[in-house]
Amino acid sequence: MSDPMAEIRASFFVECEELLESLQDGLQTIFDGAGDSETVNVVFRAVHSIKGGAGAFGLDALVAFAHRFETALDDMRAGRLAPEPSVLKLFFSCGDVLADLVRESREGLPHDGARSAPVLTDLDVLLGNIPTPEEDPIDFEVTTLSLDLGDGLLDDAPVATPAWTIDFKPRAILYANGNEPQFLFRTLRDLGDLTVSADDTELPDLHHLDPEHAYLGWRIKLEAFVEAAGIREVFDFVEGLCDLTIAQPLAPVPEDGFEDLPDLARLQRVEPVSTPLMVPMPDPASIPAPPPQTPAPRATVRVDLDRIDRLVNLVGEIVINQAMLSQSVAAAGFPPNSPVRTGLEEFQQLTRDIQESVMMIRAQPVKSLFQRMSRIVREASATVGKDVRLRTEGENTEVDKTVIERLADPLTHMIRNAVDHGIEAGDTREVSAKPREGTITLTALHRSGRVVIEIGDDGAGINRAKVLKKAIERGLVPPDAQLGETEIDNLLFLPGFSTADEISNLSGRGVGMDVVRSSIQALGGRITIQSEPGKGTTFSISLPLTLAVLDGMVVSVADETLVVPLNGILETLALTQRDLRVFGPATHVIDIRETIVPLIDLGAELGYREPLEDYTGTVVLLIGQEDGLNAAMVVDSIEDQRQVVIKGLQDNFGRVPGVAAATILGDGQIALILDPVDLITHANGRTRPFAARALPPSQTSPTS
Amino acid sequence: MSLHVLAVDDSRTMRDMVRLALTSAGIEAHLAEDGVHGLEVLDEMTPPDAIITDINMPRLDGFGFIDAVRAREEFRSIPILVLTTESAEDMKNRARNAGATGWIVKPFDPAKLVKALKMVTG
Repeated sequence: MSDPMAEIRASFFVECEELLESLQDGLQTIFDGAGDSETVNVVFRAVHSIKGGAGAFGLDALVAFAHRFETALDDMRAGRLAPEPSVLKLFFSCGDVLADLVRESREGLPHDGARSAPVLTDLDVLLGNIPTPEEDPIDFEVTTLSLDLGDGLLDDAPVATPAWTIDFKPRAILYANGNEPQFLFRTLRDLGDLTVSADDTELPDLHHLDPEHAYLGWRIKLEAFVEAAGIREVFDFVEGLCDLTIAQPLAPVPEDGFEDLPDLARLQRVEPVSTPLMVPMPDPASIPAPPPQTPAPRATVRVDLDRIDRLVNLVGEIVINQAMLSQSVAAAGFPPNSPVRTGLEEFQQLTRDIQESVMMIRAQPVKSLFQRMSRIVREASATVGKDVRLRTEGENTEVDKTVIERLADPLTHMIRNAVDHGIEAGDTREVSAKPREGTITLTALHRSGRVVIEIGDDGAGINRAKVLKKAIERGLVPPDAQLGETEIDNLLFLPGFSTADEISNLSGRGVGMDVVRSSIQALGGRITIQSEPGKGTTFSISLPLTLAVLDGMVVSVADETLVVPLNGILETLALTQRDLRVFGPATHVIDIRETIVPLIDLGAELGYREPLEDYTGTVVLLIGQEDGLNAAMVVDSIEDQRQVVIKGLQDNFGRVPGVAAATILGDGQIALILDPVDLITHANGRTRPFAARALPPSQTSPTS
Repeated sequence: MSLHVLAVDDSRTMRDMVRLALTSAGIEAHLAEDGVHGLEVLDEMTPPDAIITDINMPRLDGFGFIDAVRAREEFRSIPILVLTTESAEDMKNRARNAGATGWIVKPFDPAKLVKALKMVTG
């Protein structure tokens, strides 16, 4: 914070991200055919502003590239270049290179010219440029005004200084533009000794004086060791607005030779002439102010992420503390309407509001993530020679920043898979009466307190026969296995499936999907597949909105307190004899509204106790997830429903199957937060889930 | 009395840099994000001693902004410096035709900017 320039530099890179975003947005809008002249302007300005800032920080590679890009955009802006798809695709690539350059500049990395070179060549071809010696360096050179003259020079001068003679006669426009001869003289005075004499011969008498006409001229004698260019620089702004002659000093003039001319005092008196004149300037390319369709951005504050993390942690502590208070108040036995209880309820509401507001601070639209994906699509499709476009929906859906960051890798992976394996080659598509161009749709939406991100393609769908064949070859399922469609699709997530080298030749999917799934799970999320032969495949990722707090049901099992995330629980019920069915020798299922759901004895699953003899009267939580797989989880009792602060276990214990994290309860006790769906997948023993019965015991769990 | 300068630029980085250059020279900086905003700020402040403006801006660009400022009687003689990456001669001419007093080429040298400001304001 101490170095203002470092601060501005940091904020420049933040601004660059925003500009790159509006660049992408603008190009996409033009590409979609919805752009107008202002869209082109926005795109141009984005590149232009990056160039301007980059110049200020001496980021030459960035400046040079931005300048070339800007030149091309200027051609489009001026209508010399039509926004054809081929042109826009090149501009998208330029945007990608620009983003690379920004990142490299920020991180102080060298630029790999090999990547930008082909883009630059394409730009040259597009603009019909014969590469000429670049003017760029001249354009951006800092030309400092050499107004200072070393004092030493004057001191060392053994003889009188040379005297310049400057004749200066302003035209009216000089005043109209806000210039002021007096100030020019003052600047000249900094160069050396100055004698100014006004030439008022053209000055009419007062009756005929037109205040908007320039009558006065000056002869200036400047005694200074200075180049002509140094003097000309002082008149830089007014060149062309006046008659100016700068005469070389022939010899040092010892004495003032202009005593017959009026003195400075007189000069000041004649000043009224400087009343500026408004010259109506016909602007040939006068740009009318566009309607204010771009609303002014809302005021924002940039805050160090560490500070927000600290705030989030503190709010977590408040939530825990509030739970502690509630517990103490309950223990003290205050009546329901007592001031303490009422106050506590208000406190709880406030805590929740604060917590939500704090989480909102970290929430960001997924837009930037989606834009990165459009680049992945461009690059991947170019690599495999397919024509693929990305459609995005719900890009303003907000998710915790941390979640967004950690989604980038899994999404990249899945997008690449979709381009490589999901979408067929153009010829194949034509045969199936599909457009040559494949479409990948990236959607984000909020659904019941979670964010769902879907990656869909309109490709061939999963070739289940091939996937099953491969899995059998790999020994991942026994040859005689009878698997349902969903089960076959889920084979793609098996680690053994993805490590096969030749898998990329398969028309299905699977490269690295085990890694994708574990990264999603690490975020407390889940991923499911839906695929229809010939129509395409959609992956749905369901994620918590934040990684800090969740709504949980506090349950007790064999004297252990556990937390089950509320969003996984569809309903709770107490079992009656009527609900229970026995399935096989040692497995129970329940029949709930004519749906058979496997029964999972949580105490037995977690190894706290033996399975119960009789489940009549026990409390069960009905667990469901996106693809509808359900289970009934037996607990001893439900204690409470409340917000808990998530404390990760992964740093200390690694990933524990069935356990998502831990939390601290109000009484200081530590409770595990379960991952019910993971638990169901890993369930074994005497309450094995119904769905897993299709596999022999050794293959029960696909990931074990 | 310190100088008051209005700087109009759509780039936050550039505004930050101009402000830094001005304030470290003891000049009071007023900032605006585009031409329209610049005119609004101008209405709310006591007339500045000088204006610095960018050219490429949304809503109202530098040329339009200068036009609008010069069209108002009270601002007819106010010095306006154009801050632009366009050092090309025709850009200078366009800016001057619109009524700009002078120009500073980006990236600017803070000392040069201040010097130019002092020169046009006296």
